Amino acid sequence: MDRFIPPAAGSALQLTGLSQRFGQRRVLDALDLTIPAGQFVALVGRSGCGKSTLLRLLAGLDQPSAGHIDNDAPPSDTRVMFQDARLLPWKTVLDNVGLGLSGQWRDAARAALAEVGLADRADEWPTRLSGGQRQRVALARALVHQPRLLLLDEPLGALDALTRIDMQQLLERLWQHHRFTTLLVTHDVGEAIALADRVLLIEDGRIGLDLAIDLPRPRDAADPARLALEAQVLARVRQQPQPEPVTPPARPTPLPSQLRWSL
Amino acid sequence: MSQSLPVRTGRALLPWLVPLSLVLAWQAAAQAGLISHRVLPAPLEVLKAGAALTESGDIWSNLKISFWRVAVGFVIGLALGLATGVSRLAEGALDTTVQMLRNIPPLALIPLVILWFGIDEGAKVFLVAFGTVFPVYLNTYLGIRSIDPALIEMAKSYGLSGFGLFRHVLLPGALPSILMGARFALGIAWIILIVAETISSTSGIGYMAMNAREFLQTDVVVLSILLYALLGKATDMAARALERASLRWHPSYQAA
Repeated sequence: MDRFIPPAAGSALQLTGLSQRFGQRRVLDALDLTIPAGQFVALVGRSGCGKSTLLRLLAGLDQPSAGHIDNDAPPSDTRVMFQDARLLPWKTVLDNVGLGLSGQWRDAARAALAEVGLADRADEWPTRLSGGQRQRVALARALVHQPRLLLLDEPLGALDALTRIDMQQLLERLWQHHRFTTLLVTHDVGEAIALADRVLLIEDGRIGLDLAIDLPRPRDAADPARLALEAQVLARVRQQPQPEPVTPPARPTPLPSQLRWSL
Repeated sequence: MSQSLPVRTGRALLPWLVPLSLVLAWQAAAQAGLISHRVLPAPLEVLKAGAALTESGDIWSNLKISFWRVAVGFVIGLALGLATGVSRLAEGALDTTVQMLRNIPPLALIPLVILWFGIDEGAKVFLVAFGTVFPVYLNTYLGIRSIDPALIEMAKSYGLSGFGLFRHVLLPGALPSILMGARFALGIAWIILIVAETISSTSGIGYMAMNAREFLQTDVVVLSILLYALLGKATDMAARALERASLRWHPSYQAA
């Protein structure tokens, strides 16, 4: 399967004075950050602290209020995995993986599915898969583009504990193989320490904590050094007061009264 | 899902139980002399009339013409509905106009349409198109608006835009709703065509019925009415078959 997806080098990121505001509220406030190529970065913080906002800016889904992002790879080399798998229900698993590809894409899509262990489900409808399997399909869909930057927006948040551990190991293995730069947004400090080279805490719209995790891989869940780091980060996160919740303005779905029905 | 053969045949026959008993009761009443054949001919007489018209070929040419009118009017309606439902620009330019026009009963246009098109094909096709465009338009519009914005965002982040976005996301996502509108429109198309054909025509089933009235051929009149019922059912079955074929992915169309 290595034949079809050669390891791609990660992209390096430089964020300068990045700000994002929704109305009166500053979610990101002149944030500076450098991420070297191939690094696995975990973003933690209380909910509403701006970690998903930062990820959406990096993905190009939103535009920042101020500041800019330098990415040495073109936008087409960035791929996002969302909390929900967002598979198209009207396409088979294989066609979902091949979304946005052209030419002879089937072999590459099958190879990507094999990498996440779902080669035998290629011709099924997504509605037939479990939550964990859907996320693996979403991961294959991102991998098939050979991304140089992979953005993960709490992709494991909705999975049960055992499936999470499997997915974490799968993510680590794929990252070690492909070496894409990875940014994982998570509310689970344990997950951040298990996977990342570097844990960032966002508070007051800036980087409040920048901690390198030098533990050898694969990381043992019972390693005292890991547990100590986990306790340290968790204590730091909990010091912060709960920010007032902010919901980014989403595109409104039409109310029933706005739809005009026939006859 | 292992059911015995009699149970399954029973299931298949169940929908036909009511229409069949009605026809039988009708035949019995006619034979007993309860209904004058001037008012309502017996089913057998209707069948005989049907056989005679089939032999002379009249029934086929009239059927073909009626079917053709519905098909052309329906295709025009579908094309207009898709264009306005998919394109924001077309929607902005046309939505208000469509909302005003759709409150006009298509049949109210008959006098004007006869002035414009005469009583030729154009008049019928125009009326059918006018009646079908609105349900198709509204359901297409609703279908596209009800697609999960998260899916559209995902597709855009995977580089889809323009026609690719339409083909892979918007059209398949809106298809259940579009087909619903299509079934609805087919029903309307037949109703409009019937009226249009009875008022001004020189061919078609409606014309056949009006012509038969002139000669007091009640059996042919009843035959025409039954033909409309069967045609309506046939087009609805075709639309449902299309639905099943194109919505295989939908959980409610998957065999348990």
